Amino acid sequence: MSKITERLTRFPLFGQKTVRTGMRYLLMILFAFLMFGVILLIAGIDPLKSYEDIFSSTLGSAYGFSEVVVSMIPMLITALAVALPFRVGLINIGGEGQLFIGAAFATFGALTFPNLPAWLLLPLMALLGMLGGALWAFIPGYLKSIGLVNETITSLLLNSVAPKIVGFLILGFWHSPRDTVRTPNFVDAARLPTFFGTRVHLGLVLGLVLLVIFWFVLKYTRWGLEMGAIGSNPQAAKRNGIPLAKYLVIVMCLGGAIAGLAGMVQVSGFYGTLFPNFSMSLGFMGFMICWLAGGDPLGIVLMAFVVSVIYSGGNLLQLTRGLPYAVINILLAFTLFIVLARPNFFKGKRS
Amino acid sequence: MTLLSILGVLSSAIFSGTSLLYTTLGEVIDERAGIVNLGLEGVLLVSASSGFAVTAISGNPYLGILMSMLAGGLMNMLLGYLAITRKANQLASGLALMFFGFGLSALIGKPYVAVKIHSLSRFLLPGMASLPLKYSSLFKFDVLIYLVIPVAVLVWWLLYRTRWGLSVRAVGENADTAFASGRNPRLIRYQALFVGGMLAGLGAAHLSIAYTMNWTENMTAGRGFIAVALVIFSKWDPLRAIVGALVFSGAVAFQLLLQSSGVQVSSFLLDTIPYILTLIVLIAWGGNRRHSAPAMLGRVYQGSE
Repeated sequence: MSKITERLTRFPLFGQKTVRTGMRYLLMILFAFLMFGVILLIAGIDPLKSYEDIFSSTLGSAYGFSEVVVSMIPMLITALAVALPFRVGLINIGGEGQLFIGAAFATFGALTFPNLPAWLLLPLMALLGMLGGALWAFIPGYLKSIGLVNETITSLLLNSVAPKIVGFLILGFWHSPRDTVRTPNFVDAARLPTFFGTRVHLGLVLGLVLLVIFWFVLKYTRWGLEMGAIGSNPQAAKRNGIPLAKYLVIVMCLGGAIAGLAGMVQVSGFYGTLFPNFSMSLGFMGFMICWLAGGDPLGIVLMAFVVSVIYSGGNLLQLTRGLPYAVINILLAFTLFIVLARPNFFKGKRS
Repeated sequence: MTLLSILGVLSSAIFSGTSLLYTTLGEVIDERAGIVNLGLEGVLLVSASSGFAVTAISGNPYLGILMSMLAGGLMNMLLGYLAITRKANQLASGLALMFFGFGLSALIGKPYVAVKIHSLSRFLLPGMASLPLKYSSLFKFDVLIYLVIPVAVLVWWLLYRTRWGLSVRAVGENADTAFASGRNPRLIRYQALFVGGMLAGLGAAHLSIAYTMNWTENMTAGRGFIAVALVIFSKWDPLRAIVGALVFSGAVAFQLLLQSSGVQVSSFLLDTIPYILTLIVLIAWGGNRRHSAPAMLGRVYQGSE
């Protein structure tokens, strides 16, 4: 193993620390698979065959791989929606709600202006989605900036409100003539373009570009520096003339806008329609991924990939092994537990 | 709208409010010790499914209730291991617990979908025996419903009138001071989580064994998050939690009443009222120290070794 490590470290992209961290994560994930295997055994299912299914269906074919990438897209964006506010010490657990409102705003655009050309309609929907998410995040951001209520509590409460508003809008105004629980299918101009005949859509590019911008802003701009200062000591930052309240509100709204964009990407790129529980906990998933990756952009991509492999594999577990789809959550949870617990066993030698 | 329909709605509000109140009481104890349990939804699901399974196998609902409580306590121990011993972030650990609960409950409950069980026997409210049958049947409640208010008072007594309760609150306010005064913050947090988990388990047991009498995947439908909101609404106080649960289930009842009387109000919008009310209450208290959360809520106790 050390030889591989050595060889990799010759390339500047992989520092020795990165390789060691990667190895540690790999071990932890393997361990999670082992534990889930035990659960499968108890349930009377052959774990080896199941894993073969999971991996051959996700990584074994180009189509399977493309499906993994598709389910990864919204997670990348919702994770970023948590990572950005976290830089200034804000805990945005409201991604779920912001995603819902963003999707609702974008849907409004798609249903109101079906005759616009795609090059006009799609940016409009994206802007609307971001506006919706930002508005939803403004409430906790503002309340926090004036020192009134903790943003964790408010954004959590608003998470429960947003899906109900979406349900109200669909049932009351937007449902299609035939089906009361979802909107009509969007017109083609309101759908994000897809690549190479797969379901991978432009949202992937959006997500990756946003992550790169995030990385760049943090590393090379004054804003990144000031945000870091606020994150590590808000009072000191304030005394040094950084406008604290303004930063808190703006960064929280930006986080909300990003989560709202994830909502737009999901309805426009993936479903092409809006229905009440379209999210499947994507906002919460983003929170987990961001936390596992420590807010690091590259880590977010990797963790989102792992989570997506697990989730996409779950479909097959349901089809071929007769297990409820939800069971795959156990594997996800084991991975999360192990990474969160960071047992000493997995820690490499400290340099 | 007849008297009968009003009473019917009230009766169902009592049934749905009971599990909510037990769950909220459990979360009050968790949070008083400084631990936010965002995984409550998962805890409820595992408790509801395992309790239901035991009831279906043994034919004894009381064994099922015990199983639910045990399952709730054990699920919370998992959170405890992550958030207390391994010092992981509480919110992330809670969400991981939620996903775990989604999966585990689906696995446990799968053989018991659409299975019929012996439910808890229901007793008529004293003094209602003289009513005609169609009225009196609305006043038949199971033992968990009769016990819920006494349990709330008991939790209050436990938190405010016992040495253990003082320790729990001390750890929630300032674990270092609690440590300095000879307490073991980690142990107390574990204990609080276990008791809180058992109470949440009671709530889940009432939902699956006594109220709906079946198991369906994801049957708690967000009750865990409602309970987290209710704890805030009730200012981390078990007695106010009674009021909070009444407001929440009252809102549900009100909505059912409106629908049965033909008034066109979206049930979705009515569903948001309790959350918005909680938000308004939070804003109204503002930064007032007396009303605020336990000071160590959500923070890791680093210990002093």
